[in-house]
Amino acid sequence: MHSPSTISEATLLLKNTDDSKALAGGQSLVPLMKLRLVSPAHIVDLGKIPGLSYIREEKGHLLIGSMTTHNEVATSPLIGKRCVTLSEAASRIGDHQVRNRGTIGGTLCHADPAGDVPAAAVALDAELKVAGHRKGRVIKARDFFEDVLTTSLRRDEILTEVRVRVLPPKSGGAYLKLGRGASDLATVGVAAVITLDKAGACKDVRLGLAGVGSKPIRATRAEDALKGRAPTDDLVAEAGERASEMSNPSSDIRGSADYKREMVKVYVRRAIRQSLARV
Amino acid sequence: MILLSPPKQIDLTINGQKYSGRAEPRTLLTYFLRDELGLTGTHIGCIVGKCGACTIILDGKAVKSCLLFASQAEGSEILTVEGLAKGSQLHPIQEAFWEHHGLQCGYCTPGMLLATYDLLKRNPNPTEAEIREGISGNLCMCTGYVNIVRAVKSAAEKMAPPKKQKARLSRASAPLRR
Ligand SMILES: Cc1cc2nc3c(=O)[nH]c(=O)nc-3n(C[C@H](O)[C@H](O)[C@H](O)COP(=O)(O)OP(=O)(O)OC[C@H]3O[C@@H](n4cnc5c(N)ncnc54)[C@H](O)[C@@H]3O)c2cc1C
Ligand code: FES
Ligand code: FES
Repeated sequence: MHSPSTISEATLLLKNTDDSKALAGGQSLVPLMKLRLVSPAHIVDLGKIPGLSYIREEKGHLLIGSMTTHNEVATSPLIGKRCVTLSEAASRIGDHQVRNRGTIGGTLCHADPAGDVPAAAVALDAELKVAGHRKGRVIKARDFFEDVLTTSLRRDEILTEVRVRVLPPKSGGAYLKLGRGASDLATVGVAAVITLDKAGACKDVRLGLAGVGSKPIRATRAEDALKGRAPTDDLVAEAGERASEMSNPSSDIRGSADYKREMVKVYVRRAIRQSLARV
Repeated sequence: MILLSPPKQIDLTINGQKYSGRAEPRTLLTYFLRDELGLTGTHIGCIVGKCGACTIILDGKAVKSCLLFASQAEGSEILTVEGLAKGSQLHPIQEAFWEHHGLQCGYCTPGMLLATYDLLKRNPNPTEAEIREGISGNLCMCTGYVNIVRAVKSAAEKMAPPKKQKARLSRASAPLRR
């Protein structure tokens, strides 16, 4: 167990140790270790690095430090006002205890395809600021998630900040989740943001799906059904159909693939209506 | 490959008292509390974060102590179930669980009590839905939760310094004043 006190110390440790893993809130990593699904030789605890936990607004963006906890994100009045989709996604994670420790950076880097915040990040076109041993970079959420529990982070890289554009006026958003009881991942989750123009047509629509593929899915074809048009019931239903076609769920304890495809239709419709109601 | 590293000293404050003990880097906080410090009130259910039996209050927040390495708690302040009662005087939450049969076997109870403690601190007057959400990280195999929810409601009433209680008190003492 290493407890670096700066980001560069941490990236150096990750680079120089074989078989090492960063530790944030531990809400995914510790159970995986306990179940012997991973057994890293070195743990690099990010918890002692100051300055990685913050929420602020700067030049039209929300900036969120990677060690900010789910509860801090969920209860931040600033995020609630500027980007309700993200607040709702964070508030739907697990239970209170998990949200007290788990971090926004941790859930993104863990990259569970059924994760709530990853789906929101994809819908929000979040930008992920990463520090590496040599240099930093910014990765778009859409390029960040590669496969089940797999991201485009390199071994020596640490996620330091999540950036989300503040929603423009006449926007609404929502995150809706179908889950089995409280402490469970999404059977289906839908993150939505919608911006209307002056005439009431959809200027911008962005939809992210959780739980129905090997990574969070951006339902672009469903978005196209609505873009440039007034969101009538028929078009909202069409968006649900298209999102369902784009999803690729597998049957598991949370339901059959067919059931999940049906639920995508229902939850996409509801998430769009909820977002519209909030414009 | 698992490398075993030597134990390290860990100092922390638990229930207002200073404690120190030794733990290997891989030791979970739950085991440290129970095996090294002898505070066995904190229970172990699943040890993978699902059941909440190991819930403690760490620096003012409810967390599952099985999802933390002991070394991460260095310098922290912890409240465990042992710290709720003052001597033989039960904490109002404990009283309420007793009075409303909020437990049967008692396995989940330490975690339930502390999840309740955290909930009532954030929200002194929760609705039934808020209570159920607040204890959703804690599983109980016995009670079916109905009496736990009642107990939490009752604990909220006991802990509030409300007009109702004062009114009852002043009514009780009214004859004396006359
Ligand atoms: C009972 C329970 C219920 C849950 N329910 C849900 C749920 O409903 N929805 C949901 O989405 N999630 C759920 N989770 C998972 C939860 O969201 C975790 O908090 C999150 O997945 C991991 O965040 P963490 O900070 O705890 O990361 P850790 O567990 O510490 O780390 C997770 C992974 O990310 C890496 N990592 C962490 N931070 C960084 C960083 N800054 N840079 C680089 N790599 C990093 C680690 O190396 C590790 O591989 C649940 C967990 C539990 C225990
Ligand atoms: S023992 Fe920690 S949650 Fe079950
Ligand atoms: S009382 Fe037995 S588990 Fe809750």
